Amino acid sequence: MSVDWSWIADHTDDLTALTLSHLQAALTAVLLGLLVSLPLAVVAHRVRRLRGLLLGLSNVLFTIPSIAVFVLLLPVSGLTRTTTVIGLTIYTLVVLLRNTVEGLDSVPAKTKEAAKAMGTRPLRTLLTVELPLALPVIMAGVRIATVMAISLVSVATYIGDGGLGQLFTDGFQRNFPTPVIVGVVLTLLLALVADALLVTLQYVLTPWTRRQKQGA
Amino acid sequence: MQPGKGLLMIQFDTVHKRFPNGTTAVHDLTLEMPEGGVTVLVGSSGCGKTTTLRMINRMVDPTSGTIRVGGKDVLEQDAAELRRSIGYVIQQSGLFPHRTVVDNIATVPLLLGWGRRKARARAAELLETVGLSADTGKRYPHQLSGGQQQRVGVARALAADPPVLLMDEPFGAVDPVVRTQLQDELLRLQRELNKTIVFVTHDIDEAVRLGDRIAVFRTGGHLVQCAAPAELLARPADTFVADFLGAERGLKLLSLTTLAGVAKGPAPKGARWQLTLDPARKPLVWRDGESGTEIPVRPLRDTDSLLSALNESIAAPSGLVARVDADGVLTGVTSREDIHDRAGHVHSEASTVAA
Repeated sequence: MSVDWSWIADHTDDLTALTLSHLQAALTAVLLGLLVSLPLAVVAHRVRRLRGLLLGLSNVLFTIPSIAVFVLLLPVSGLTRTTTVIGLTIYTLVVLLRNTVEGLDSVPAKTKEAAKAMGTRPLRTLLTVELPLALPVIMAGVRIATVMAISLVSVATYIGDGGLGQLFTDGFQRNFPTPVIVGVVLTLLLALVADALLVTLQYVLTPWTRRQKQGA
Repeated sequence: MQPGKGLLMIQFDTVHKRFPNGTTAVHDLTLEMPEGGVTVLVGSSGCGKTTTLRMINRMVDPTSGTIRVGGKDVLEQDAAELRRSIGYVIQQSGLFPHRTVVDNIATVPLLLGWGRRKARARAAELLETVGLSADTGKRYPHQLSGGQQQRVGVARALAADPPVLLMDEPFGAVDPVVRTQLQDELLRLQRELNKTIVFVTHDIDEAVRLGDRIAVFRTGGHLVQCAAPAELLARPADTFVADFLGAERGLKLLSLTTLAGVAKGPAPKGARWQLTLDPARKPLVWRDGESGTEIPVRPLRDTDSLLSALNESIAAPSGLVARVDADGVLTGVTSREDIHDRAGHVHSEASTVAA
């Protein structure tokens, strides 16, 4: 199984386009997942009776095979990027919702009480105290969800999308290993780079978690 | 005796608090807290002292009765706005871990819409007020010691210059040495700022040190007695209060009286124990004329308490207490007998005044 380097050189434009399309599908799904899970997590955190229901529901959605999700979505959104993104979003929910709820749970009761006693109203407490303090746990979820979404995009090849996943079907159909290998390598690289960027983002957003003394 | 203008800043009128689970936290409380005074609420856990404190800024709402702050019924005010107008200090972790010290202190000014620059300037000013260095401001709470965190807590409560300060066991989690320092600082601050302070503690010594008035609560939310420390110590209302004050309450009373006015005389010549002075006439040690043994001396000023004088009279081998002026120069000595007489006098005086 050798790599045909000239094929790579001839297809750099295609590869770039596929990589960008792949990344765009994954990131859109994670962002949508966050938008959906944030309010749901706040509800699950505040209303104990709904917590089990919401977390259970996200677990059930996660167990549906990914191809089945795309097939089920076809009558709704057809063979489009929308279908890919919705499908991926559903998968990100399980980690994002769970981690956001756990992040909110991890905020010390004393800190919330202090915010209230200073005269902070509930919405402002959520935005300026609870969510920032929950950020490390939420970001752990975002990292898992991002890597997961990047690896899952390929499945959407079955509905004519799939970003780098198209390289797998292409190589398989032609019994030509180079696109498959390139697809795997690029997917891995994407996941690694995205994860590194998220770690950096978290470092920038949570200065209080750094160990060393601030410049005295 | 009573500081401030004698106005009543906080008034509880037949206040009752029953929690949904059926326990009565506060029972029929009528209590007034004068402006500019420190009222300390004491009692064992579950006596309703913290609930009483928390009803003042509506962290808890009463079941019945009226609470007025500055003459206005708290229930008729917006809870969040009321809380911004009242300083609040809680034990330990009440600081926001994700905000720097300066931003922690600026919390209420920012909520009041002061703008970031003005709020931070005020916060920097308060750092100095509570005895913290300017570079502390850039740190995060977890980078500070327990005592420093508590100072930040006090600064945060003072930020918007509220007339009332609520303190819920603020020094409960720091070690005894730091606690004493913080208490001294609070007394110093209070002399400058003259706030109306409500202070919750279960430590009777802390209550005696800080309080202008002490309110003793009993389990079930009953207020048993509210009086000035000296009166409370000399004339507890019943055996519950007496037990709560402890067997040494007579000594605690002495901690409230100073040495000023107790007779002193010249250091005796030719006695076995001689007081050695340095060239500036500051006491150094008690020296035994026979064996040459030296025992350390702890000279006392007029502002020191009668309790510390009693302690020194027992510790000093001659039974004499060395007295010094503000510069530490010897002014005379006082005998164990004189101190005992004075102590007995203070005690009987307190027990009979206006009885």
